[in-house]
This record gives sequence, C-alpha cells and structure tokens, in this order.
Amino acid sequence: MTDVIVDIHHVSKSYRRGGQAVPVLRDITLAIPRGDFIALMGPSGSGKSTLLNLIAGIDKPDAGELRVGGEDITRFGEAELADWRARNVGFIFQFYNLMPVLDAFENVELPLLLTGLAKRERRVRVETALSLVGLADRMEHYPNELSGGQQQRVAIARALITDPTIIVADEPTGDLDRKSAEEVLALLRRLNSEMGKTIVMVSHDPHSVESARHVTHLEKGELIAG
Amino acid sequence: MLLKLVFKNIFRHRLRSLLTIAGLVIAILAFGILQTVVDAWFAGADMASAQRLITRNATSLVFPLPAYYRERIRAIDGVTKVAISNWFGGIYKDQSVGNFFAQFAIDDNYFDLYPEFRVKPEQMAAWKADRRGALVGRLLADQFGWKVGDVVPLKGAIYPGDWEFVVRGIYEPKDETTVTRQFYFHWDYLNEALKLKFPRRAEQAGVFIVGIADGSRAAELSQAIDREFRNSLAETLTETEKAFQLGFVAQMEAIVTAIRIVSFVVIVIIFAVVANTMAMTARERLSEYATLKALGFGPAFVAGLIVGESVMMTALGGALGILLTFPTAAAFKAMVGTLFPVFNVSRDTVTLQVACAVAVGLLAGLLPSIRASRVKIVEGLRYIG
Repeated sequence: MTDVIVDIHHVSKSYRRGGQAVPVLRDITLAIPRGDFIALMGPSGSGKSTLLNLIAGIDKPDAGELRVGGEDITRFGEAELADWRARNVGFIFQFYNLMPVLDAFENVELPLLLTGLAKRERRVRVETALSLVGLADRMEHYPNELSGGQQQRVAIARALITDPTIIVADEPTGDLDRKSAEEVLALLRRLNSEMGKTIVMVSHDPHSVESARHVTHLEKGELIAG
Repeated sequence: MLLKLVFKNIFRHRLRSLLTIAGLVIAILAFGILQTVVDAWFAGADMASAQRLITRNATSLVFPLPAYYRERIRAIDGVTKVAISNWFGGIYKDQSVGNFFAQFAIDDNYFDLYPEFRVKPEQMAAWKADRRGALVGRLLADQFGWKVGDVVPLKGAIYPGDWEFVVRGIYEPKDETTVTRQFYFHWDYLNEALKLKFPRRAEQAGVFIVGIADGSRAAELSQAIDREFRNSLAETLTETEKAFQLGFVAQMEAIVTAIRIVSFVVIVIIFAVVANTMAMTARERLSEYATLKALGFGPAFVAGLIVGESVMMTALGGALGILLTFPTAAAFKAMVGTLFPVFNVSRDTVTLQVACAVAVGLLAGLLPSIRASRVKIVEGLRYIG
C-alpha cells in the first residue's frame, strides 16, 4: 500500500471579499504519496496557491480534513501549527523571502533556532545544506550580494535544513531567468530523486512542471481529472 | 538571533534611523535641561533648614519691620537666635544678568544661623572688625575673581548712593546643596548711613532670620511670634524657611508649571515621531514577519523584533541625550550667571530621562508589534513593502 504523506478529504475554502464569501476551493480530495514530486497547475485564481497554503499549514480550510504525515493539521491551534510547520514543512517562495539583514549562513540557520540544537551542530548542518546547493563559498554573502538563482538556492537550503516531511514551493522559478530556473529545478529533482523529499510545487509554467513526477490541474477551485 | 536581527535592522534605513535618533537626543536633552531649570527654581527651598524661621511684614515682603522686634522675638521661649537680613539690591558694574548677584545687609550673628556656610575664623574676625567688610560666597568670588582684600563697589538702587565694601572673607559650602553666590555686609553699616541720609528708613529690618532649638515646634513658635505683634503697626508673618523660599517659587508658579508641561510635551512629540518610524518600518517588513511566522516563529518573536528595535533606538538616543545634558547644563549655567545659584542635573532628572526613553521605546513599538504579530501569514506574504 502506498504511503500517503498528504491526505486531503473534501476540503473547501473561501475568502471574504467585501462582505461576500468567494469560494476558492471546492470539495478537494487528493492523496500525495511519500517521495512524490507533484506540481499543481492551473490558471490564475484556480486555487492552486490556496491549496498549497493549506498543505503547508499557513492557512486553514473551512471544511474537510487534511492530514500531513499522519497528523490532522486542521485540528491544530495557531501555536501548535507553528510548531508543526517548523518541524515538518520546508518553504520555497517565489520571491525567495530571505531576511535581507542576515547573510546566507544566518538565513539558512533560521529554522534550526527553533529546534534546540547546539551551535556547533547547527553550523555543521548549515554548511552541509549550503554545500548541497552549491553555495559553500557564499556563506557570508548577504542576499543583495547574490543573484536571483543563488538567493533561491539559499532558500532551498533553508527549506531543507530541518529535514522536513514535505517541501512546498510556490512558483519557485517565477522570478528567475531561464538558466537559473533550470538550476533550481535540477536541484529540486535531485532532492526528490536522491534524498526522497516529497515536493509539492505550484507553477503556471509548463516547462517547470516537466520536472515533477505528477501534475494535478485545478480550475475554478476544483481538481480536474486527467 | 532576536537581538542580532534587532541590531541589524536598526540601521537598515540609515537616514531614517539617524534622524529619529537625532530627534530623540534633542528631546531627551531638552527634557533634562527643562527639568533642571524647574529644580533650580526649588533649589533655595532645598537648602532650607527646619530650624530656621523667617519673620516678615504680614502685609508684604516689600514693607520693612522695626529693628527692635529683634529683641522681642529673641525673648520668646524656644527661640535661640535672631538676625536681621535686608535685601540690598545694588548694581555691580551694570544691570546685565551676568553681573547680578544677591546682596544682603545682615547682623553680625547671621552666620551663626547658617552653619552650612563655612568661614575661616580669622576671616570672620576680620569681617566683624571692619564695618565695610563683606563676606562673599565661593562661587561668587570665583565668578568675579575676587580675593580677600579686594574692594567691591556697588551702586545702590533701593538705597541710593555709591557703596564700597572690602572682601574680608570667602565662605565655602558645606555640601552641594549649599548656595555660595551671595554677598553679605554689615547691617550696622547700612543703618548708620541711612541715619545720616534717609533717617526715616533707618532702624528697619527686611526680614528676621529666627533660629529655633526644636524644628518640630516651628508652627507653634511661628504663631507665638506673630501673636507678639498682632494689632501693631507692623504685624508679622512667620513661616519656616522652606515655606518662605517656596513662596518665591509660587510667584513664578505659572512659569514653572508651563516649563514642566513643555518638558513633557517634548516627550510626547518625540513619541509620535518614533511611533511613526516604527509604524512605517513594521509596514514595510510585513512579508518578512509573515515569512518568519511561516517558518515557525511565534507572534511573540515577531512582536519582540519590533519592540526591541524601538527600545534599542530610544536607548541609543536617550543615552546620548543624557550624556549631552551635563555639558549643556554647564554651558547654560555659565550663560545665566547667578540667576540660578544652584543648577545641577539631579539624579532624579536622569532617572526621569531614562524612564521617558524606555517608555517612548515601548509604547512606540506597541501598536506596530501587535499588528505585525497578528498578521495572517497568507496576507503578509502577499504584501509588497
């Protein structure tokens, strides 16, 4: 039996706009196996980023059940959810979302500060992660001293550092040139194939989704079969 | 990491931070100087002794009392010493503020009532032996470069004429609360001259300084003295020296109150400036705070970043402002001459400055930190600062 890492049952979500509830996701049921690399595709407003946010635990559904790594995260309070995210989710954002006043080393180290690891152990892990993404020689560079592709690789290192259950990537190549985008996608493929990381990626770029093992389409808040 | 982020964020927008800190320096400095001015107004009252009463004309301080009251006051049980003190109000060189100082014509036993004025015995003896002799305070002597033996000419304003005095002694302070900017000479010298020139003004005292053995009997003895002269041509009003000094402050109460209010208004203004800076800063960094929350950092961490930055900024500005208060107060003191005989930045003032800086830091960061800590991650990540 396939080990399902993300188990979504009849999840719905709507947002309030000017006093009206606007449905964004309608009755989504989806199972993502452990070790999968799945791309969520769809036009703008299809709900793909919303679904990603729910899986990542940074938003809550209005209805339905959502289990990640066997835990029903819809039952968690804010503090529990924050703690859960720190241990289980690695984030890769479109615009990298690095702290501009911290260098590459310090940015990657950030999630480890919530783990209670000793300084020496943190150093080893950060150096390993930055080496993995090919930036061992850029540890003391600040984000404004790095290219877009390098910044995204720092973000990937940060996403990996706590060995999370899943990695969520929201348009990871959206702000990159073709070459940098290819480097980032290659890195993601490697994380998935060599390290067995489960990756859920949102993208509207058909070329990006070629790196994924599976592609799921959304349209107007519903999963499209096929 | 919290402290590291706070410290690194402070100078992220250098110009904005430096301007805010400069504003803080000026505000804390201004607050300190204004509070010191208020303190200086009360300095005379601080020097007051519980064992000294002041007896003056009940109608008004400008009216004198008969000099013979001295003996009747001295006869009251509980009174140890009585000395006359007349405000002379002469002009030294010119009427500029820098040349102004207090001058008093006093009885020979006046300094027995002021043990905080320390005079060398040989100087006191020399003063008592010279009817034109003057005893001057250390700070006053230093200000004008007077030495024992120097002649000091004064032009009379209240008592017309040219008056010359010889410095026979310089009195030193007992401690920092003791004012040493006064000029004292013999009441007898004044009185003898008045007998010749203005006889109707002779044998009159401005106030009596009354020494009492037991300070707890001040109210009782004050009433006893005033009862002695009730229904006479010159009724008296006797009060503690502190109350007498505070009476002068009360005349300027409106100004003192205004200065106090202005000093706190300055703090309110800088609070608004810092609050605006922090609000702008927090708004610009919403996506960073959302990212931190996404990574698992709690609302308290985010709030701590903002409040920490606010407090650190006010701490920097406040510390500089406090340091600059001292040389500024010294410069102010030099400018105003003897207008404020005591002009020291007190420990209470520094404590208030620290408290204001901390309060501004905490309060200015409060609302932005609450907003940022409550930001929904999804909305914050979408925010473009």
